[in-house]
Amino acid sequence: MSDKTIKQVSVFVENKPGRLAAVTEKLYEKGINIRAFTIAEAGDFGIIRMVVDKTDEAYKTLKDAGFTVTLTRVLGVEVEDEPGGLYKIAKALGNANINIEYVYAFTFGGDKALIILRVDDIDKATEILEKEGLLFKGEI
Amino acid sequence: MYWDPRAEKMPQKDLQDIQERKLRALVHHAYEYSPFYRRKFKEMGLNPWDITGLKDLPKLPFTKKQDLRDNYPFGMFAVPISQIVRFHASSGTTGKPTVVGYTANDIEVWVESMCRSLTACGVTRDDIMQISYGYGLFTGGLGFHYAAERIGATVLPTSAGNTQRQIELMRDLHSTVIACTPSYMLYLAEYASKAGISIADDTKLRMGIFGAEPWSEETRKRIEEKTGITAYDVYGTSELSGPLFTECQERQGLHIWADHFLIEIIDPETGEQVGEGEKGELVVTTLSKEAMPLIRWRTGDITIMETEKCACGRTHPRILRILGRADDMIIVRGVNVFPSQIEHVLMQIPEVGEHYMIILDRAENGLDIMTVQVELSEKAFTDKVSDILELEKRIAEHLKAVLNVTAKVEIVNPGTLQRFEGKAKRVIDRRKI
Repeated sequence: MSDKTIKQVSVFVENKPGRLAAVTEKLYEKGINIRAFTIAEAGDFGIIRMVVDKTDEAYKTLKDAGFTVTLTRVLGVEVEDEPGGLYKIAKALGNANINIEYVYAFTFGGDKALIILRVDDIDKATEILEKEGLLFKGEI
Repeated sequence: MYWDPRAEKMPQKDLQDIQERKLRALVHHAYEYSPFYRRKFKEMGLNPWDITGLKDLPKLPFTKKQDLRDNYPFGMFAVPISQIVRFHASSGTTGKPTVVGYTANDIEVWVESMCRSLTACGVTRDDIMQISYGYGLFTGGLGFHYAAERIGATVLPTSAGNTQRQIELMRDLHSTVIACTPSYMLYLAEYASKAGISIADDTKLRMGIFGAEPWSEETRKRIEEKTGITAYDVYGTSELSGPLFTECQERQGLHIWADHFLIEIIDPETGEQVGEGEKGELVVTTLSKEAMPLIRWRTGDITIMETEKCACGRTHPRILRILGRADDMIIVRGVNVFPSQIEHVLMQIPEVGEHYMIILDRAENGLDIMTVQVELSEKAFTDKVSDILELEKRIAEHLKAVLNVTAKVEIVNPGTLQRFEGKAKRVIDRRKI
């Protein structure tokens, strides 16, 4: 099922000025495009989570630059950019007793929204979302 | 097994009587014959007759390394040079060298003390003892040598270095005991294994006596796992007369022969004695030394004293493994903290690397804040904030349990903390006093 999931790049960063710039500079130098991005902040450190167009290259680039980085399997969900989009997903997963650990989203193409989800049971969630026809199938 | 059972199992009351008597004699001897102590007593307005017993110990001055340097070479001596049978000297790498002299009786006390110690950790006349401590001005080699010979063991005086030959001789002559620094033992094991020799399987080595540098319980485990031998700790300082004290087979601290050495544990800041079981600086008064008696010698080593009778039957007090140096001590909210304690905690947590920094700040309300920065191990990183927060919390709890003071733990990126080639400086004190 892993082909239907998205690989998210997660980077550990200390909460200090210039750290985000240092990470994004490396990606910029390699011409890597960030498609979705969020920072989970926790006091003296944070974790940058992002979906990029060239995942493996981004991973290697950041690793070589000395960052603590890991790849995480997440789900991408495509919905119409209209009221109730997120509700449909949350309800389907909730009914199946699947917990959403975190979520972030962005809109694209003027009428679409891409939602990135990390859940506690990714295989089961993939199955359900596929059945609902919500799973993102496009190119990142 | 005892070397001198009458002395080693002497009732504590009798030991104390000996100490009372010898302390009084020492004070008079030092005052009469040592220019340094005579001057010191006079400056303090202290009369040797003021010291009537152990209870008067706190009235006596401390003796520090600097005193030995200032009185180089003979200002501390209390006998004429004609009575000196041997000198040892420090290398002088950290300043002026210090020199120590011994009368024939001083050597006798040293050898007898070491015979008791080696017997306590299990060396017998059947052993072949490879002494890989340096011989010469350094006290290690000769200190072990004379005692091992007196016990009747076969001595192999390899001294330090020439590792290939050490291993060859160990194998060919069937060494059963080795005495060297713990780091040299690890090097020997590594060297042997590269040459396709297993110390556990290809030699008869059964035990090692390690010291002359601080080492930890983790290092003991590592040595024992790699070589299949039993590792014992030894303690001594060149000023007191080289290697003197070892653990017994119970391995619950090192026995200090109290009929020759009087020990106290003090708070290195205030100089006051601390209670039983509390850590502090080891202070030793030599009760039998003639050539260069030392009164309240500040070793600079931090340990804990145990006076309860040992399961081995010996009544003499013990000191636990040296925890660190007094000059490394930091005081946080009135509590003494040693970087080595922090290191010890961190080494037990697999998710962090071996590099760390301790940062001290003072908050506006006057309270000290200690921050311990540690590097996250690459393998321990997931994308979960909660995992890292949990790790920080776990480290902080371990530190609190060991140090008795709260530390803020900060996880940082691997490779970002400072690396040290020489002596590490891991404390940044930003407090304005």
